[in-house]
Amino acid sequence: MLEIRNLHAAVVEKPILQGIDLVVPDGEIHAIMGPNGSGKSTLAYVLSGREDFAVTAGSVTFDGADLLAMEPEQRAQAGLFLAFQAPVELPGVGNANFLRTALNAVRRARGDEELDAAAFLKLARAAAKSLHMPDDMLKRNVNVGFSGGEKKRNEVLQMAILRPKLAILDETDSGLDIDALRIVGDGVNALRSERFSALVITHHQRLLDHIVPDRVHVLAHGRIIRSGGAELARELEAQGYAQVIAEAA
Amino acid sequence: MPAVAETLDTVRAVTDGGYKWGFVTDIEMDMAPKGLTEDTVRLISARKQEPAWLLEWRLRAFAAWQAMEEPHWAMLHYPPIDYQDAHYYAAPRKKDGPKSLDEVDPALLRTYEKLGIPLRERAFLAGVEASNIAVDAVFDSVSVATTFRATLAKSGVIFCPISEAVRDHPELVQKYMGSVVPPSDNFFAALNSAVFTDGSFVFIPKGVACPMELSTYFRINARNTGQFERTLIIAEDGASVSYLEGCTAPMRDENQLHAAVVELIAMDDARIKYSTVQNWYPGDAEGRGGIYNFVTKRGVCRGARSKISWTQVETGSAITWKYPSCVLQGDGSIGEFYSVAVTNNRQQADTGTKMIHIGRDTTSTIVSKGISAGHSNNTYRGLVRVLPKAAGARNHTQCDSLLIGDQCGAHTVPYIESRNATARVEHEATTSKIAEDQLFYCRQRGLSEEDAVGLIVNGFCREVLKELPMEFAVEAQKLLAVSLEGSVG
Amino acid sequence: MNIVAQKILPPNATSAEPFLARYRGLRAGLPGPRAPREAAADLLRRRGLPGPRDEAWKYTSLRPLTELQFHAALTDAGDHPAPVALPHLGALAESPRVVFVAGRYRADLSQLPDQITARRFAGHLGTQEAADDSQLLALNTLLAEDGALLEVAAGIDAGTLLLIHMGADLSGTPAAFHPRHSVHLGAGAALTLVEISAGQGTYLHNPVMDIDLAAGARLAHLRLQIESPQAFHIGAVHAAIAERASYDSFSLVLGARLARSEIHARLGGTNCHAALNAAQVLRGAQHADFTTVVSHDAPCGTSRQTVKNVLDDHARGVFQGKIEVARAAQKTDGYQMNQALLLSPHAEIDSKPQLEIFADDVKCSHGATVGELDADQMFFLRSRGIPQAEARGMLVRAFLSEALDLVQHDAARALFDEALNAWWETQAP
Repeated sequence: MLEIRNLHAAVVEKPILQGIDLVVPDGEIHAIMGPNGSGKSTLAYVLSGREDFAVTAGSVTFDGADLLAMEPEQRAQAGLFLAFQAPVELPGVGNANFLRTALNAVRRARGDEELDAAAFLKLARAAAKSLHMPDDMLKRNVNVGFSGGEKKRNEVLQMAILRPKLAILDETDSGLDIDALRIVGDGVNALRSERFSALVITHHQRLLDHIVPDRVHVLAHGRIIRSGGAELARELEAQGYAQVIAEAA
Repeated sequence: MPAVAETLDTVRAVTDGGYKWGFVTDIEMDMAPKGLTEDTVRLISARKQEPAWLLEWRLRAFAAWQAMEEPHWAMLHYPPIDYQDAHYYAAPRKKDGPKSLDEVDPALLRTYEKLGIPLRERAFLAGVEASNIAVDAVFDSVSVATTFRATLAKSGVIFCPISEAVRDHPELVQKYMGSVVPPSDNFFAALNSAVFTDGSFVFIPKGVACPMELSTYFRINARNTGQFERTLIIAEDGASVSYLEGCTAPMRDENQLHAAVVELIAMDDARIKYSTVQNWYPGDAEGRGGIYNFVTKRGVCRGARSKISWTQVETGSAITWKYPSCVLQGDGSIGEFYSVAVTNNRQQADTGTKMIHIGRDTTSTIVSKGISAGHSNNTYRGLVRVLPKAAGARNHTQCDSLLIGDQCGAHTVPYIESRNATARVEHEATTSKIAEDQLFYCRQRGLSEEDAVGLIVNGFCREVLKELPMEFAVEAQKLLAVSLEGSVG
Repeated sequence: MNIVAQKILPPNATSAEPFLARYRGLRAGLPGPRAPREAAADLLRRRGLPGPRDEAWKYTSLRPLTELQFHAALTDAGDHPAPVALPHLGALAESPRVVFVAGRYRADLSQLPDQITARRFAGHLGTQEAADDSQLLALNTLLAEDGALLEVAAGIDAGTLLLIHMGADLSGTPAAFHPRHSVHLGAGAALTLVEISAGQGTYLHNPVMDIDLAAGARLAHLRLQIESPQAFHIGAVHAAIAERASYDSFSLVLGARLARSEIHARLGGTNCHAALNAAQVLRGAQHADFTTVVSHDAPCGTSRQTVKNVLDDHARGVFQGKIEVARAAQKTDGYQMNQALLLSPHAEIDSKPQLEIFADDVKCSHGATVGELDADQMFFLRSRGIPQAEARGMLVRAFLSEALDLVQHDAARALFDEALNAWWETQAP
């Protein structure tokens, strides 16, 4: 369970998050929607521990532990996964090698046995297949020369392999065509269980047709101004953010 | 390929994070008194029971050395070297060279076992875990064991200590030694020619592909010694060989001098692949101790369509001064240089290559990856020279530097000289650091910062590492990670 | 005396004695304080003229200079100077100009600008003397007699100014000229300085220009070197660039038997910019060396270099370009490209691009290529009916355009084009 209390964060002394309160219980999927500049990506980065953002007030606990006190890799090892809005290229680093290194780091932290190359490859190939990704994507360098859509699918592939307890999807739908959108949705839905929760950050309602959220939150000026069920996303799509923000003010 | 995190752990377990090859072997040594005079040269020659021609050769080199000045054009700073304050001969006390492994001092065998060097042939005999590598081990000044010689002899390959080759194959040694790096080539080559004590000799006869990897393992052990080995590899028409050298030394507060000479000769259609994993003791974090590594390595592609390929992973030494070079004489010959040089703490490296295009349609490729961390300085210095007759010559150079931390330096000094209009020379160089977003991406996936750096650095060096024989590529990856420990955070 | 000088020199050094002798003759009449000149004399006595044993002079020897005896002293042109024809100035013929002939300022040929304070050199030598490898600068310091001091006040856009030097021998005797110029732009000031070096006969033109750009100043420095085929051109520019200032230079080198042009640009303030572009087009037995040192001393500086060499006959082109990034100069962005085209089997290019980097958060790269004209392109042009010589000219011009087109000033770019065309036309058939 993720519990965010009165979270304030700033970048270079400019406040971005101004008092976020949010609880995501295990097994639930919450969507965060909001206009550009509302602080959606900042929230994702703050939760995953990016150092460019300073937390100025508030607290975040993840399964009862103080998330903000943890290093980025400790958060990952505790089960938090961020699907990056702009996945990073690692020249010369093979995708499979990277994934296996990450998976074994996470497994080690959980006290699980590490996977050898053969077992890993079997797992990775199966995951790639279910995401309709060609095998050679595992052989290529991490995100180097990938198209925008391939990069996003690669993020979902990593998520499928690392099996996080909490996934944060930061505009994973941007740059995806309709087919890829469904594949990504299927990838997330496949993980759905009582022990999996997700924060889906998006501008658009269309991803939420595939990943139906339990709750939808509207973020504006660094605060959650409204929360509701899945129907709120459709309302936003119909009325636009401006209207909803004006009503909430 | 093993995951980096795993290898890092393994290495850490063995080393506690430090230089794991830093132990000293306690063994009875036969040492020449300190100092360097004509008498020292005579003493070395006498100890090795050399023929008169070789003593004369040494004395000529010594005379040349005395007239030469130590070069100072490299970007290296170190206190003056007192050439009189070292021993120029140190050998494990033993009457003759060992006839078989059974005669080798068990303390030495244990040393190499500790270093992970397969001096026993058991793996091969057992047929499993095919460690199919012939090894020549040089301990201080003397070759202590050469494995698989019988197997090699069957295909006509000679692989033995050079001191033995002087005795058993004098016509080959006399013909080729000094033919690529003349005794008066440069200050350090002249010094080596005067006082070299041992090294490896390889001869691959016409048409033979050497049936296994050859390897020499160099170990400096004794205090206050220099190591001056010489390697000579000859590949006759159509022959091929892959050769690897590794080097380590104990941790000591003093600086020790290593001045080697390597000569390669490739005749028509011959191929020589020479790989180095250089891990001499680099000194401590404050720059105390460490090896001064001044090495002259040069190969000549004498024959048409011959190929010489240098691959080096340089992680050790306090000072590195080496420029493995190719003289591309034969028409259509090929020279390659693949290099990773890592410097950390107070290390200084000035390394690169020379590609001299003489023949028509000669091709050279240079890929250099320099990584600087701590307070170190890392310089790539490379020459591409195209002479007037080298019509159709081609060179491509890629030279990348990576800086880790803001107290180190990365420098690139290429020299491009072309005197043939039909030649095409291309050079690219970049300098960068590990991007914050790359580090964060890896950490978000659960990797520690050090593992992330190791992973990214290995990626940066991939083009070079893939040139190494498989067994050594793994070793080299570990080395890179260990060498950079403590450079982040 | 000569023997003594040789004795203390390093082995293989080229003695500077002919210049030192000239200095001894002139010493009493030279303007300004004596100390910097004595220091320069001392350096040249100790080190000689720079030569191949100096790393920075690996590819260029000044030995041919010492084979000549230079005329002893310069004299002012006086009240009735000999008439001199200016070089072709094209669309810049009406621009204000400062003209030197044979090392001396010529008021009769100059048209002083309104917005620029122009004075004559009076012995004020810069402060960057005495470094052990600065023999070239020392040679100028030793013998500088005249020059232009140009100043643009803060905030003024002073437009375009020509600085012309016409070299000549003096009644058949080789002559040496060592003008010392300085350019100072106040904060936010702007100037386009078009510098033309031309002449006839055998002479040495050894100009040094000190440039000082205050915060936000912008100097476009466009240089055309069309010295006589017997001449030596050994010059240096030292530019100090303050924050947000920009030094944008282009050099076209067509003339001289032996040329060495150095530009040292020091990016001393944050967010400043330097561009050191050049093209050298050489033939016969010409030797031209373009050497640059860009020193990034402060954060967020950018530097750009595009340098082209086109070499025909037995010509030899040299490019040495060093980018230095100091520890403090984080976020530096340095780029350098040098390319050479060899048109003859006897031409030679020596190129040494160099990076020296002590800051980690930087983006620095360089590239170099050497080759001949692309055979496919040649064939394509000829298959469309273009004669070989013309096709060659087109491709060479295309090769140069990457550097030439960086010149923003239309009239100056046109002048460079005309100079190149004139070069083509005088080419042996």
